[in-house]
This record gives sequence, C-alpha cells and structure tokens, in this order.
Amino acid sequence: MAQKKFTRTINEINRKIKDGKVVVVTADEMVDIVKKKGPKKAAREVDVVTTGTFAPMCSSGAFLNFGHTKPAIKASRVWLNSVPAYAGVAAVDVYIGATEPAEDDPLNRVHPGQFKYGGGHVIHDLIAGKRINLVATSYGTDCYPNREIKKKVTLADLPYAVLLNPRNAYQNYNCAINLSKKTIYTYMGVLKPNAGNANYSTSGQLSPLFNDPYYLTMGLGTRIFLGGAKGYIIGPGTQHNPNAKRGKNGIPIEPAGTLMVKGDLKEMDPRWVAGVSMLGYGCSLAVGVGVPIPILNEEIALYTGISDDEIFTRIIDYGKDYPKGKASSLGLVSYAELKSGTIRFDGHDVSTVPLSSYVRALEIARILKRWIEKGKFLLAEAQEMLPTASSYITK
Amino acid sequence: MYSKMLSLRFPKTIVNEPVTVNLVKKFDLSFNILKATIYPRKEGLMVLELSGHRKNFQRGIRYLKGLGVKVESIGQDIRRDEDKCFQCGACTAVCPTGALYIERPEMAVIFDREKCSACELCVSACLARAMEVRFNKSLLY
Ligand code: SF4
Ligand code: SF4
Repeated sequence: MAQKKFTRTINEINRKIKDGKVVVVTADEMVDIVKKKGPKKAAREVDVVTTGTFAPMCSSGAFLNFGHTKPAIKASRVWLNSVPAYAGVAAVDVYIGATEPAEDDPLNRVHPGQFKYGGGHVIHDLIAGKRINLVATSYGTDCYPNREIKKKVTLADLPYAVLLNPRNAYQNYNCAINLSKKTIYTYMGVLKPNAGNANYSTSGQLSPLFNDPYYLTMGLGTRIFLGGAKGYIIGPGTQHNPNAKRGKNGIPIEPAGTLMVKGDLKEMDPRWVAGVSMLGYGCSLAVGVGVPIPILNEEIALYTGISDDEIFTRIIDYGKDYPKGKASSLGLVSYAELKSGTIRFDGHDVSTVPLSSYVRALEIARILKRWIEKGKFLLAEAQEMLPTASSYITK
Repeated sequence: MYSKMLSLRFPKTIVNEPVTVNLVKKFDLSFNILKATIYPRKEGLMVLELSGHRKNFQRGIRYLKGLGVKVESIGQDIRRDEDKCFQCGACTAVCPTGALYIERPEMAVIFDREKCSACELCVSACLARAMEVRFNKSLLY
C-alpha cells in the first residue's frame, strides 16, 4: 500500500506543546537531520524548526504615545534626545524611525560621518529603561493651546509603545564588493578599494525566510520572536518581491521576501534591539527576529533542511555599479563560502566580512526553541499568507 | 573624521595666545578640553581631544609645534565593551593587525588585545560603537 502523504496541523503542534511532547530543533540542527534521515523521516520526527537573525534592519521604528499634558498640546514637531520623530499623526502620537539622525548631527560634512546617535539608539535607550528628553512644539489650537512641552520620559511613562518595522528579515541580500580605487562607506559597511573585502548580511541557513522560501507557513498573525519578546508578522514588508530570481532548489539568489513585524516595546530586551552607527552612511537599528517554522509536511521539512552551501547570492560592485543604479551580478557565491572567511573573486582570495551576527542568530533560534519546549510560546496560524512566487502557484 | 587625545605643554611666552580658537578657525578642528592648568612658573598644560579631517589635524599640529608647543599623544588603550558588542564581524574589515578576527565555525568575533596596535580604525567602524579608546588618565590628576 502506498504510504499516505504526511501532514500535520498547527493545532496538532500546539496540543503537543501543551502536553510537553513537542519536538523542536534549530534550523542548523535540522540541516543534519534532513541530510541523515531525508525529509520524509525528518518531517515525521520534527514538529517545529526555529530560525533567527540579528542584523541592522534600517526599515524599523516605533509608534509612541506620550500621553496628554496639562495644558494639552497638539504636538506638531517632536524630538526625542534631539532626534526628530514624525509627528504628523494624532496629537500626542509619534513615529520614531531607526535611521533618523540627531538634529545636530554633522552627518557627512566631515566624511565619513560618525552618526553616533539616532532613532535606533532612542529605541534601544527606551527599552533599556533610560530617561529620554522629549521636546514637542505646536502652533496651538482652541482645544490644545499649549505651544511647547519639555519633559523627561521613560518607557514606563509612555501609555503606548510599539515596535513596528516596515521591512525586516530580508530573504537574501547582496554580497558587496568595491571595484573602485578608494575606500567607500556604505550600508554594507566599509569596503576597501580593488575588491579589498566582500561584505554580506544574513544568517544563511538560520535565516527565517531561507527556511520557508515560498512563505508556506507565514503571514499576518504568525507569532515570532521579536526583540526578545513575542511579536507578530503583520504582512509582507516593503520591497517584498516573491518573484525574485531563484535557484533550482527554490531559494532566491537575490533580495526577495521581507516581513513587516510588530511587537510591544515594553516587553522587549535591549540586548535584542540595539542602536547602530554605520560609518559614513547613517544610523540604524539591529533587530533580533526569529520565526518558528511548523513542519506541516515533507516539503517544508525539505526546505528547512537546506544548508549554507545550497544558498547563493550575487556579488555586486558598490564602488561604481550600485550607486549608478546599475547593480549587475559579478558572480554567485554560497553562504558556505562567505562564512569560510574568503571567497575567490577574479582570480584572487578576498576576505569576507559579515554584518549580521551568526552568534546572536543562533542564540535567538535556541531561545525560541526553549520557549516552545517549555510551553511558553504557542504557534499562531496566519490569517493571510504572504504573497508567494507566481512560479510556485503554477507549479 | 580623525580624533586623538593630546597633551600640550605651552612655554610661558604663549600662555596667553588663543591657540584653541585658532585651531577651530584656521583648521576647522573641534576640541574637548579635559584639563587646563597654568603652573606657577607660567608654563601651561592642556589635555584635549582634537578632532577633524586628518589633513587639517596634521596642519593644526604643525601650527602648534611652530609656536613652540610640545605636543604628545597620550598613551591609549583599546577595549571592547562586551555588553555592547553583538558579535557581527563588521570591524574585521578595517582591523589591520588581525586583533579582531572571526573564530570559525562558531563565527564568534574575538578581540585579541595583544595584537592590537591602537590604530583606532575599529572605533568608528564598529556598528555598535563597542570599541573604546581609553587613555592614560594619570595626566589628569
Ligand atoms: S585599534 Fe586597530 S589594531 Fe586595535 S583592534 Fe582596532 S582596528 Fe584592530
Ligand atoms: S563591529 Fe563592533 S559589534 Fe560588531 S563584532 Fe566588531 S566590535 Fe563587535
């Protein structure tokens, strides 16, 4: 008799979590399991695979409400530790973006600029419980006559604070190299001239979207690890491009899927939400994201078993091509090669530099694993899946 | 951006010259004075952090030396704030001595102080600003 196709539901997994019988492994452990036992057996044995990534994610920020003051104000311009926040929302609501530099920052006037403090640092300081100087100005209205307030606030004082990141956890990103004759300072880090180093930013086989390349288990409502607390995927992120070029194994070889995520700032841990200063480029925020992948069938088991040597990315010249908007691939490299420390480029060994922390990514995958095993974290069924590749739909 | 901690010893003939103002005006440098004293014999000592373009910095130092100021850079020491460092590896792009390196396969970023030449390139290249310059504070007290 033919063996029935194996399937499992999220409800079944949650029941196992409550019974303390769930089997959870991290994505790097799953690589070995699938290699040894094959996806069929692996799917039957493993319920959940945990993933993780920790890297600068510029498209991040927080919605804050700082509460009504006496007399009341309709804040039209707001600064948090001198960093401007977007105040074009309701009277005492603001959005503080990760890449906003402090207003008096010298920027790139002395190149490369330092970008010592920005929105990402404000968010980190809030989570760390530090006092933040809040300044708000207004034009005054009949209902909100106050023209200016200055006060010190902590996260605990804020009635509402939510991290809401329009684009996180990019599924694949370029490997950056510099073919020009001078050192350049980019969002991919410092790139030395004449292909002096090759920078990359992903956790490879641990990365959430590499473990579910067609987004078969993720969408609005998926519960995740975000900044040390529980958070949610709330939809595709900006620039989500499911139709990016993919290899034969289905894994994109260029920037593809992205996540929009949210979580309660008040529950987060400063270790997992850190301000970033990119020399010559700007401020940002390093965010820790981990997504649990439910092994609903053999296909998903197969994807979670994909390893660094099966994941490829394009080498792009940031010296000349990229700034002109003409990023063309100078070749493909695997993450196994990138992680080895050197890649072969144009007949030379070029040393590689990660911007994404593999150590922290693994820590996230392990924390998420522990949460699920201990019954502290139940999986949540997505209410609307992320848009997938048109090639997958017709498959 | 270039920045160094310096000790300046002024002969008594120029104690009253507005040298720091000139550093700002003529050479576009900025400074942060940590200590300024005039000793009984009218000699001056100033400890300051001077920052700006590397070229301007060098021109500023030449200007000071031309006035007869004794300029010395203060013994510096690089440290990593282990709480701030999130183990990414971005700093390994700039470290010329290999003091910052990645241990594989764990991908842990190691800082070997023995190999560090205190060139300070990592200080502003570190994403988390975890690499800190400590200077010999004995001059301040
Ligand atoms: S100061 Fe220079 S040598 Fe020392 S760790 Fe930093 S980059 Fe390396
Ligand atoms: S760049 Fe900074 S945070 Fe990253 S590994 Fe180096 S010292 Fe640590």
